[in-house]
Amino acid sequence: METTVEKKYTYKDFESDQEVRWCPGCDDYVILRSMQRALPEMGVKREEVVFISGIGCSSRFPYYMNTYGMHGIHGRAPAIGTGIKLANPNLSVWVITGDGDAMAIGGNHFIHVLRRNIDLNIVLFNNEIYGLTKGQFSPTSVVGQKTKSSPYGNTQPPFSPGELAIGAQARFFARIGGNTPKEMTQIFIESAKFKGTSLIEVLQNCPIFNNGCYDEFTDKAVREDKQLFVEHGKPMIFGKERDKGLILSGLKLEVVTIGENGIEQEDLLVHDATEQDPTLHQMLVRLKYPMVTGIIRSFDDVTFEEREEEQITKVKANSKFRNVDDLFFSGDIYQVF
Amino acid sequence: MVTTQLKYEPEVLEAVVIRFVGDSGDGMQLTGTQFSDTSAMFGNDIATFPNYPAEIRAPQGSLYGVSGFQVHIGSVEISTPGDEVDLLVAMNPAGLKTNLYAVKPGHTIIVDTDSFTKKNLEKAQYEANPLEDGSLSNYRVIEVAMTSMTKEALRDVEGLDNKSIVRSKNMFALGMVYWMYDRSPEHTIKFFNKKFKSAPHIIEANTKVLNTGYYFAETLELIPNAYTITKAKMIPGTYRIIMGNTATAWGFLAAAEKSGLDLFLGSYPITPASDILHEIAKHKHFGVKSIQAEDEIAGITSAIGASFAGDLAITTTSGPGLALKGEAIGLATMIELPLVIVNVQRGGPSTGLPTKTEQSDLLQALYGRNGESPVIVIAASTPANCFNFAYEAAKLSLEHMTPVILLSDGYIANGSAPWKIKSVNDMPDIKNNIIKQAKEEWHPYERNEESLARNWAIPGTPGLEHRVGGLEKDRISGNVSYIPENHEYMTKIRAEKIKRVQNYIPELTTEFADKGDLLVVGWGGTYGSLHSAVKQMNEQGIKNIGYAHFNYLNPLPKNTEAVLKQFKKIVVCELNTGQFANVLRMNFDGIKVTQFNKIQGLPFGNNELIEKFKQLLK
Repeated sequence: METTVEKKYTYKDFESDQEVRWCPGCDDYVILRSMQRALPEMGVKREEVVFISGIGCSSRFPYYMNTYGMHGIHGRAPAIGTGIKLANPNLSVWVITGDGDAMAIGGNHFIHVLRRNIDLNIVLFNNEIYGLTKGQFSPTSVVGQKTKSSPYGNTQPPFSPGELAIGAQARFFARIGGNTPKEMTQIFIESAKFKGTSLIEVLQNCPIFNNGCYDEFTDKAVREDKQLFVEHGKPMIFGKERDKGLILSGLKLEVVTIGENGIEQEDLLVHDATEQDPTLHQMLVRLKYPMVTGIIRSFDDVTFEEREEEQITKVKANSKFRNVDDLFFSGDIYQVF
Repeated sequence: MVTTQLKYEPEVLEAVVIRFVGDSGDGMQLTGTQFSDTSAMFGNDIATFPNYPAEIRAPQGSLYGVSGFQVHIGSVEISTPGDEVDLLVAMNPAGLKTNLYAVKPGHTIIVDTDSFTKKNLEKAQYEANPLEDGSLSNYRVIEVAMTSMTKEALRDVEGLDNKSIVRSKNMFALGMVYWMYDRSPEHTIKFFNKKFKSAPHIIEANTKVLNTGYYFAETLELIPNAYTITKAKMIPGTYRIIMGNTATAWGFLAAAEKSGLDLFLGSYPITPASDILHEIAKHKHFGVKSIQAEDEIAGITSAIGASFAGDLAITTTSGPGLALKGEAIGLATMIELPLVIVNVQRGGPSTGLPTKTEQSDLLQALYGRNGESPVIVIAASTPANCFNFAYEAAKLSLEHMTPVILLSDGYIANGSAPWKIKSVNDMPDIKNNIIKQAKEEWHPYERNEESLARNWAIPGTPGLEHRVGGLEKDRISGNVSYIPENHEYMTKIRAEKIKRVQNYIPELTTEFADKGDLLVVGWGGTYGSLHSAVKQMNEQGIKNIGYAHFNYLNPLPKNTEAVLKQFKKIVVCELNTGQFANVLRMNFDGIKVTQFNKIQGLPFGNNELIEKFKQLLK
């Protein structure tokens, strides 16, 4: 997206004329506004931006953006986005999805789009519940969770989106709390810059069917103590007093306190998002305390559309066929007089 | 060497049906293709049909591992690969056993006696050797020790292992058949030279075996010679032999070039449609984007994405895949984007008969989606006209902003026939509904007054940013609308848009008679069988029978009812239990139709059709 933009947009340029219809207090509003604030910073023209979604609360998102958009069918937005991006690689294509949309009905497309590394930006609204169908457990709901479809408790262990994504070769994975718009905006901008599939998991609170599911580490009062916001090249440090950090102890991550047991800031792990080996990224994703947010993985690799374009250019250069008539009249043809 | 006494009856034939059968590894497809190509280049009309097992390499010598290739050549019009066989070439006992039923009594069978070993006879479940027990006394059997003569011929060729030597025995058989039907081996020798350019010893070996078979037949006085099939009267022009699936692929390539749009194919492998994917994937040099997706649904939804972004988008599949694509076809119907879905039908339900033909997806194509979601449905009817109908499907979808389902079937998809090559310059223009500039008052669901097609505003166009989606649309703005009257209006206008396609498609015509006692009705891939049966009756002097073939199934041609009314009786012939017959009954109140159906995974046979029609005329 290297296009220069003459006109400077503001977030208002990305608001559509449709009334936003999410429940009051939903984090979806935060995500929408963060996106509208991020877009003017991306250096893309409005007509080159496309939002694609599947089905679910999150998937109403394209209707609220004054860009090109398609509200697709359940789980298929990554595949629709793949077609759009291949048809026109100049477009900035965003896939908006939820935990059910991406990992239940759309699980297959989700893993394959990551494997191929096509330049799509996927924003996954993870609220660990089905909202639009009014409260059934999702593939990220915790075991034991009582929902309408699991009145005695959920018996299906959850996916961790980041773990699944990195297992499917995701080159870019970020996680962000649904109540931190500033950081979220920044991550959207970074995601747009990244060439390849980027996945952003937003820990999004559903105030109606799963209220407070992330409170233990997203609540303002505890956030700094319970979340580690990683930044590339910086030490893994967290806590209100900035005195906690992560070290590698054997094959496990360990939380340490600076100043205790001879630990100094220099001993802490320094975050390298660009490392090809995903081992440490997976460990960060899996950690429960602290909950790791920020851009966990950002590894540059060849994109699917680059491979496709390169192949087409090469095949074109070597072909003896300039048009289809050349093909039709080639090989074993014969005349009838 | 030859045990059966043969009569010398040199004949000039109008047409002949030859079937080559052997193990899946015996090269029968190649042998058959070479014979049919040579005959076509000589000037015959031809039709071919391969018949191979679903297993890739079934155990050698087994009954279910038999691979066959049938070719029908003639100096007259040939429209089917033929029912009964004039010459059967059987490379092993299993091939003989599974194909003997098709040989006309009194006609010829060539066998490789070397393969009639105890072991192979057992594998073919023969209790006694059929060459010795008199069970073939109704046929002219030509026994040839092909394997040993092939070995002998190649004794001095260096660089060949035993396996390669034995494998070239199919060329011995081909050489014999070339001589018997007065065909020159020249085309095949040219083929060797091109195909094995880097392996001169393989060229030498194959040429040697081919010639040995040819001269063996010439020398062997007992072979009935002088079968000659003269050139067919065909429309002058440049021809090539084409398979249905290839023709389908090429139709889309032509449509993309003519429309000036890039072709996008999203597809998932499925028999018998995969060859379209293979063919299109070969032609990335035309800028084609051909994506093998992770599943059927991603195949179609990626195509929907590409269509939204301005490509000519298609997806290809067979019955089970069409079922999986149903929801996405509904989306394309709702958001009114151009999209072609090709369904190469096979036997169903479920996995059914993947390598056999059937016409049982008609109702699925017409109605197999949730809600009322009308689409255009058309069907190709011969291997060669798959080209025209693929082109037509693309044209209709672009001009009317709607999904189009193109039906083909395993029979025409794998069959081949001469195609009088069409230059893209001679194909009709393809318009599109792309809007390039923002008007003052522009709305995504404004329609062309005549066709009712909406505008196609492509991402990247400034000022036309808009959202589409699967929720019901407001009739003008395209915004989400739950207004009851709007839903009724939109449901009706989606139907009306498809109905109006009647104004852009050809009227229904009849062959042989436009009024009379019996109208034979068919659709899709049965054209060849039905046409030749009615033609044969017509030539026998039965003039009160007409034939109407449908390529346009939704909407039906405008004059359909008027055509049907000209006949006292109507018989709808289909390879299903009567789906199109019911469509006609539903659409045309008061018109009575009878049915003739076959559900065996096989095309109609000539005799069964004629028998049925004669019975209906009584």
